[in-house]
Amino acid sequence: MATTATQSGSWYIVTALVENKPGVLFRVTNLFRARNFNIESITVGSTEQKDLSRMTITTNSDERTLDQLVKQLRKLIDVVEVKVLDTEKTVYRELALIKMKAVDPTTRSEIINYSTIFRGNILDIGKETITVEITGTPDKIDAFKNLVEPYGIAQLSRTGVSALPRGVEV
Amino acid sequence: MTGAKALIQALEKEGTNVVFGLPGGANLPIYDALVGANLRHVLVRHEQSAAHMADGYARIKRKAGVCFATSGPGATNLITGIATAYADSSPVIAVTGQVPVAMIGKDAFQETDIIGVANPCTKYSFQPRAAGEIPEMVKKAFYIAESGRPGPVLVDIPKDVQQATAEMKFPDLIKVRGYNPVVDADLSDMGRAVEILVKAEKPIIMAGGGVILSGAFAELQALAELLMIPVVTTFKGKGAFPENHPLAMGPIGMHGHAEANKIILEADCIVAVGARFSDRSVGRFDEFGKGMSIIHMDIDPAEIGKNKSVDVALVGDVKSSLRTLVKLLSKKIAKRSADNPWLKRRKELVQYYAETLKDYPREITAKKSLKKLRELLPANGVVTTEVGQCQMWASLHFDVIAPGTFFSSTGLGTMGFGFPASIGAKAAAPKVPVVDIAGDGSFNMTENSLAVSVLEKFPVIVFLMNNYMLGMVAQWQRTFYNKRYSGVEQHSCPDYVKIAEAYGAQGVRVGSMQELDKAIKAAIKSDVATVIDIPIDPDEDVYPFVAPGTGLKDMITGA
Ligand SMILES: Cc1cc2nc3c(=O)[nH]c(=O)nc-3n(C[C@H](O)[C@H](O)[C@H](O)COP(=O)(O)OP(=O)(O)OC[C@H]3O[C@@H](n4cnc5c(N)ncnc54)[C@H](O)[C@@H]3O)c2cc1C
Ligand SMILES: Cc1ncc(C[n+]2csc(CCOP(=O)(O)OP(=O)(O)O)c2C)c(N)n1
Ligand SMILES: [Mg+2]
Repeated sequence: MATTATQSGSWYIVTALVENKPGVLFRVTNLFRARNFNIESITVGSTEQKDLSRMTITTNSDERTLDQLVKQLRKLIDVVEVKVLDTEKTVYRELALIKMKAVDPTTRSEIINYSTIFRGNILDIGKETITVEITGTPDKIDAFKNLVEPYGIAQLSRTGVSALPRGVEV
Repeated sequence: MTGAKALIQALEKEGTNVVFGLPGGANLPIYDALVGANLRHVLVRHEQSAAHMADGYARIKRKAGVCFATSGPGATNLITGIATAYADSSPVIAVTGQVPVAMIGKDAFQETDIIGVANPCTKYSFQPRAAGEIPEMVKKAFYIAESGRPGPVLVDIPKDVQQATAEMKFPDLIKVRGYNPVVDADLSDMGRAVEILVKAEKPIIMAGGGVILSGAFAELQALAELLMIPVVTTFKGKGAFPENHPLAMGPIGMHGHAEANKIILEADCIVAVGARFSDRSVGRFDEFGKGMSIIHMDIDPAEIGKNKSVDVALVGDVKSSLRTLVKLLSKKIAKRSADNPWLKRRKELVQYYAETLKDYPREITAKKSLKKLRELLPANGVVTTEVGQCQMWASLHFDVIAPGTFFSSTGLGTMGFGFPASIGAKAAAPKVPVVDIAGDGSFNMTENSLAVSVLEKFPVIVFLMNNYMLGMVAQWQRTFYNKRYSGVEQHSCPDYVKIAEAYGAQGVRVGSMQELDKAIKAAIKSDVATVIDIPIDPDEDVYPFVAPGTGLKDMITGA
């Protein structure tokens, strides 16, 4: 999963403040499918306002498609605000849980080493597996994943990106 | 007050005086609340037609039309009508019954997730979970359906919510936080549009459905007459501008008028007014308007740049945008003369095609019968159409004189729309004659609305161009499949005169232009619906034709 510029366009983070009520996520994802928008990740969660949720969407798009994506999102009645974040002026993070097969002691200590370098957390160590939590930009998670892939990844779960503008900009 | 009573009162408060529908288990409380209400209920024979009737009503009134259906199959039967309204930005409000709240998600009898089904073809939908929510939701439904770019809204009411009682508050003002349609376009953009128009030598107006939705007829005419430039329309925009006006050139597109398709290629600036650059109007997106400046006036920001990149976008209601544009332009230029080279070119093209395009050699033809209808129908007569060749012939040969009197399913192209829509139109405009320009295949789909027209006294005219053929498809099979007919012949079945009579309407089969003349005159005077069965040669093609995937320059005229 490439997270930088690809042939199909560039990588964008779009955030939307939406009404916190049932059916909104359905309307948004149905729109993406119906209009053929290619979404990499989408997260939804609560915000500082009780009746609003924030959706963070990442997508590889050309500018024209991005423009349509934003406008079509804005057109949804339950969507209150949509912004394309400038990745330079944005803090964004993703969390990944990665369970690796690790039986022999060398493998186990190598994985623990890598995890320390990536500032990961060891969440669970079993007889045959180690589960690590990595938080960072999608790039960082990709890098860690590539590094440990040869040991054998048993299970992996990523949250998708969550983002906020830096500093005073709201 | 019960939820059902609150619904009826809320509708009445919005000015609704007629609803079209059909009852069932899940909306029994609503139907009970209709007893003794001021609201007129028109019972349909199929829910699809109820939605089309509400749509026809809405297009005339430029206000929401309302239809009712029960849950499950009643609601799904509405879908074609809702999708039709969505594709043509028509404010239809569909009120469906739903299984009781506690049964939702249990695969209850006649439970359909109609909000899910309708999502891609509704502007919004509501499902009240408590009776007290109904007044505000209905108010919001009307506001959303009618404002901005109009569209259908679904209100899905569980049966127990219809039955429950609550203290009702009917709000006068409502606000929808995430919905703020723009009305007035940005003034600096307006300035750039003025600059382009002042310099342009061969500007052309392309008027679309947005002009009709906005009722911006006088404003459009003012712009055209200030600049003295040709006006073409989209098919949906047909009749946004009087087609007997010396600047009018009719619709462009796949089956556009030849002179309109030709002249727009020669323009240096296109002013698209409430049009969405559909593939049917512009052909190939990449070729259309190449090298020209394009000014796009539209109320929906998402239409800007969707199919076509433009030079200036004026986002707002065209009524307001046109008014401001004319005001600003008048400060820079005086009313231009009709004696200009660009209008000379217009005349040349009109004349050229009038002489070149041949008539189909037969006593009765589509063109001749439609010219006859135009001659006899008063200027304010309303026309709806079905879909197919009949529709395209109407576009080509029936000139709309009074703006906003011509309605067709254009975006979805729904066969069976025209007849129920004509009944809805008649309900909205009872004093004027209403004609459905129909094809046999289309009329066959919703002909059971004859019962509605007879029983509820909506004497409309079905102008049936009967080739006993799914003619438009047959034409494509002649053109692209070497005349191999597959699934298009109707084998002279049924007899439409007998069909009309079976419902208590009038049926007339005409064999000559003289008989047609007589039949139209009688139908206009008749106080019962009339089906005029007009034999059309199944081999008669619609020309001009711009094949799909090609550009307007590739137009085939058939001459
Ligand atoms: C068999 C068949 C053949 C067809 N052939 C042709 C053809 O040859 N040529 C052709 O043109 N079409 C043809 N059509 C119709 C075509 O499919 C489209 O429906 C039509 O071209 C759309 O017209 P429009 O652009 O005017 O858009 P509409 O669908 O009417 O859209 C209206 C636009 O105006 C905007 N708007 C709405 N209200 C306002 C307001 N108050 N102020 C400002 N803007 C507003 C909307 O946002 C929208 O962008 C055909 C259809 C069928 C079924
Ligand atoms: C509901 C629906 N089904 C199928 C079509 C595809 N279709 C487009 S035109 C047409 C033929 C219409 O026949 P008729 O009403 O007789 O009109 P004609 O073309 O013969 O004038 C068909 C089948 C459609 N537009 N709508
Ligand atoms: Mg036919």
